[in-house]
Amino acid sequence: MPNTSSRPISPHLQIYRPQLTSVLSFAHRVTGLTLGLYSIALVMLLVAAAAGPRPFSAAQRLMQSLFGEVLLFGGTFCLFLHLCGGIRHLWWDSARGFELGEIYASGWAVVAVSTGLTVAAWLVSLFLVG
Amino acid sequence: MEHRRTRSPLARARSLGSAKGGVHAWWLERVTAVALVPLTLWLTAALIAGRSRDYAAFIAWLRDPLAALLLVLLLLALFVHLALGLKVVIEDYVHGRAKIPALIAVRLGCVVLCVAGVLATLSVSFGG
Repeated sequence: MPNTSSRPISPHLQIYRPQLTSVLSFAHRVTGLTLGLYSIALVMLLVAAAAGPRPFSAAQRLMQSLFGEVLLFGGTFCLFLHLCGGIRHLWWDSARGFELGEIYASGWAVVAVSTGLTVAAWLVSLFLVG
Repeated sequence: MEHRRTRSPLARARSLGSAKGGVHAWWLERVTAVALVPLTLWLTAALIAGRSRDYAAFIAWLRDPLAALLLVLLLLALFVHLALGLKVVIEDYVHGRAKIPALIAVRLGCVVLCVAGVLATLSVSFGG
């Protein structure tokens, strides 16, 4: 929408120093967009499975290549960050957790838990499942 | 226009109709988010547990009615949630002529992907 008002507008985003609150807010959006791309991949995997063994094994070869594993690792982290950030948002929706100290505590908890879950998922995947 | 200067943004919004639709979108985003917490955790665990599955084993997994049910529910919640999230992002960053086509394309794309995923799952699940 064009700004028709002559009232002053707020300073532009780049003028602020990045801090945990703004970085996590932005990360929630970026991981949401990224997970949209992974959703396309999930549908492609299901369609490949429905199409037969040859398309499925092509999809599986891609997933088991180094490139595929790196993409899946990134996807796992995006999923857990968005999941933990989403739970933080649901907590905020109950009108709790808005004191500055609580905001930073829940923010660092999101970073720690999503990193821990990503590492745990890959340790299980690589060493227990093989 | 005279009333643009004298009326508050709230008064202008009030005369432009109700905001009830916004509450529905907000609520649906939360409901799908809550549903996706267990569903995405289940899918991640299932994909990790089955990472070395070949085609026959993957098909056998999809033929388990519980797996097919959870997968269809996940696809429905996922693409409703994705469509709502992308709508907000487009409304924030895309202006001018591209806005409406982008909103329509994203919504249609989410419907196509959701239906394709559900049909693929069901065709394997019911397949002979």
